[in-house]
Amino acid sequence: MTGTIHNRETFLSQIASSLGRSRLSSGVTDPEWKHRPQDQVLQDATPDELVDILKTQCLKIHTSLVITDAKKLPETLHEVVANYGGGPIVTWKDERFSKWGLEPLMKKEWPSQKLEVYEWDHTKGAENIRQAEKANVGITISEMTLAESGTVVLFSDKDKGRTVSFLPATYIALVPKSTIVPRITQAARKLRELHHSGKQVASCVNFITGPSNSADIELNLVVGVHGPVKATYIVIDDL
Amino acid sequence: MAMKIGTDHFKERVEHGINDSFMRGAVAGAQNSMGVRRQTATEELGNWEEWRSHGEEIRQHVLANLDYYLEQLSENVAKRGGHVFFAQTAEQANDYIKGVVTKKNAKKVVKAKSMVTEEISLNKTLEEAGCSVVETDLGEYILQVDDHDPPSHIVVPALHKNKEQIRDVFTKKLGYQKTEKPEELAWHAREMLRQEYLTADIGITGCNFAVAETGSFSLVTNEGNADLVTSLPKTQITVMGMERLVPTFEEMEVLVSLLTRSAVGQKLTSYITVLTGPREEHDVDGPEEFHLVIVDNGRSKILGGEFQSVLQCIRCAACINVCPVYRHVGGHSYGSIYSGPIGAVLSPLLGGYDEYKELPYASTLCGACTDVCPVKIPLHQLLHKHRQVIVEQEGKAPISEKLVMKAYGLGAASPMLYKLGTKIAPAAMNPFTVGDRISKGPGPLKAWTEIREFPAPNKERFRDWFKNREKGGKES
Ligand code: SF4
Repeated sequence: MTGTIHNRETFLSQIASSLGRSRLSSGVTDPEWKHRPQDQVLQDATPDELVDILKTQCLKIHTSLVITDAKKLPETLHEVVANYGGGPIVTWKDERFSKWGLEPLMKKEWPSQKLEVYEWDHTKGAENIRQAEKANVGITISEMTLAESGTVVLFSDKDKGRTVSFLPATYIALVPKSTIVPRITQAARKLRELHHSGKQVASCVNFITGPSNSADIELNLVVGVHGPVKATYIVIDDL
Repeated sequence: MAMKIGTDHFKERVEHGINDSFMRGAVAGAQNSMGVRRQTATEELGNWEEWRSHGEEIRQHVLANLDYYLEQLSENVAKRGGHVFFAQTAEQANDYIKGVVTKKNAKKVVKAKSMVTEEISLNKTLEEAGCSVVETDLGEYILQVDDHDPPSHIVVPALHKNKEQIRDVFTKKLGYQKTEKPEELAWHAREMLRQEYLTADIGITGCNFAVAETGSFSLVTNEGNADLVTSLPKTQITVMGMERLVPTFEEMEVLVSLLTRSAVGQKLTSYITVLTGPREEHDVDGPEEFHLVIVDNGRSKILGGEFQSVLQCIRCAACINVCPVYRHVGGHSYGSIYSGPIGAVLSPLLGGYDEYKELPYASTLCGACTDVCPVKIPLHQLLHKHRQVIVEQEGKAPISEKLVMKAYGLGAASPMLYKLGTKIAPAAMNPFTVGDRISKGPGPLKAWTEIREFPAPNKERFRDWFKNREKGGKES
């Protein structure tokens, strides 16, 4: 399913003529940049230091950060959800939840406590969006986590709806410690590597840094505008 | 809304701005707080100058190879199933988008903030096509509800309004019944807009940076509105100025970092969303159909000429946030959706000198804009260049600098201001400089230098004065 391109040659010829040369269609190689300040940021930080940096940054972005390990994860997650007022909950469909021992919590405990849990299911089409819209909590997993800015990175696919992190009133990201990198530089490089290895970049890659906010009214910060009002990162020590 | 806002003449607009005391207080407050945030966010990097140099080299490289990268971008968008339309003019862009809207029989469009769609007056076209258009950025939404009040700042469009005014507008137009607390106002907008996202046929966005290598593009927001605009409607149209692209993700992240720090003093904003093509098979959310409209609209005329560097702009508004003239007269005085120093350089290029020839004079040429620009556009030199071109074309300046300074209320009262005036156009000034004194100066200096000599322009002088003024000082 290839798309279409209209009116390109006239447009690009105009550009070439403004630049005073003939049309350039090939031959531009990756430039050698004179400056690369981005590589130096936090370049020697250890994984533990990165966690500390992430923690400090979370204070600035109105985000709670909880550190836990694989064993205590179900308990921690349950607490955070309870703090946010419980269900309804919407999650991705992701094998890692059961790998991390969350299945009993998500599939048995919560339902038995009358906490509604909805797992994304692409075969149900628009029903997913209705569920996400009425949910109180959305839960997803960070693929890469940026210490400097306090950012989680999500890749969409059929089991990982984009709206799980936007429509619910509150948002929880599970952050494996092994995903923490210094900054967005490493994430950009990884995306590029994925592309070069022949994998399609996900149609939607979200870099999410805390809850939604706005300063559009007299520059007053309002936390929680179109997206979630509150956010928690749960760091799982998997190293 | 076209690029041009309002029908008043330059002097009336400026007068109006100066007399709006709330607006002036708001602008001053905004400049202070955004200025401090930007400064903290850039200084903490420790090597901001190197970041700026990197930003500059990336933007220059892209402009020099623009046709190559646009070709690559379009190929890769099409490979992922997207449709690309190259629009040389605003009309072509509007016609194409209207075609999509008609074909989809769309009745409602939700939009995320985008300067280029304002520039081409897209909303008008959509409304004529029988579509209701809902702006979803909170600031834009407020302006839209208030009978399309024009934006006064490229990052904070409703900066000129206070919360009481916003409450009144909401009460009158939306039946709002709560207080003027920003949280309550924002919450109301959230509730109103939720329904709009869920029922819209088409989502329209701008583009912060497209990525040639993968056919992706990024959107930078804090509110999360762009994400809902691109997740819920079945059809998505993204409109970009033709210069807004980078070779790969690696350059994208550098420019995003420069943008968020310079615009709002954040390391990254809450939502940076990188989209590639329409949704994939079996995906539930995201658009089924994706159109990318790449707009020239006068940009290729700037390319290759002496103003080319203005196309490096990443629309961060840092230059606006430090500009003493903007501070004094507010965004509406510029008569263009692009205000402040970037507006004073860009508007005459895109909209013509006939419409905007006063704008290059809306500057003290103090150079503060140039110093903060994250991609090193020599803004004050470009303003000076405009003045030269205008004088060459018209044989005279459209408005004397003295009058302009007076109109801004800057040159009116104190001798100190004339010291500030000495910073006007070092290049134009040189012939009048004798050692470190000026004997006969142009413009606002003329009257003054006729009776006494002046210290020669000193780059630091204006900044000292400005800082001192912030502290409430009266003399520099
Ligand atoms: S000219 Fe420079 S400082 Fe002004 S908006 Fe553009 S990038 Fe930002």
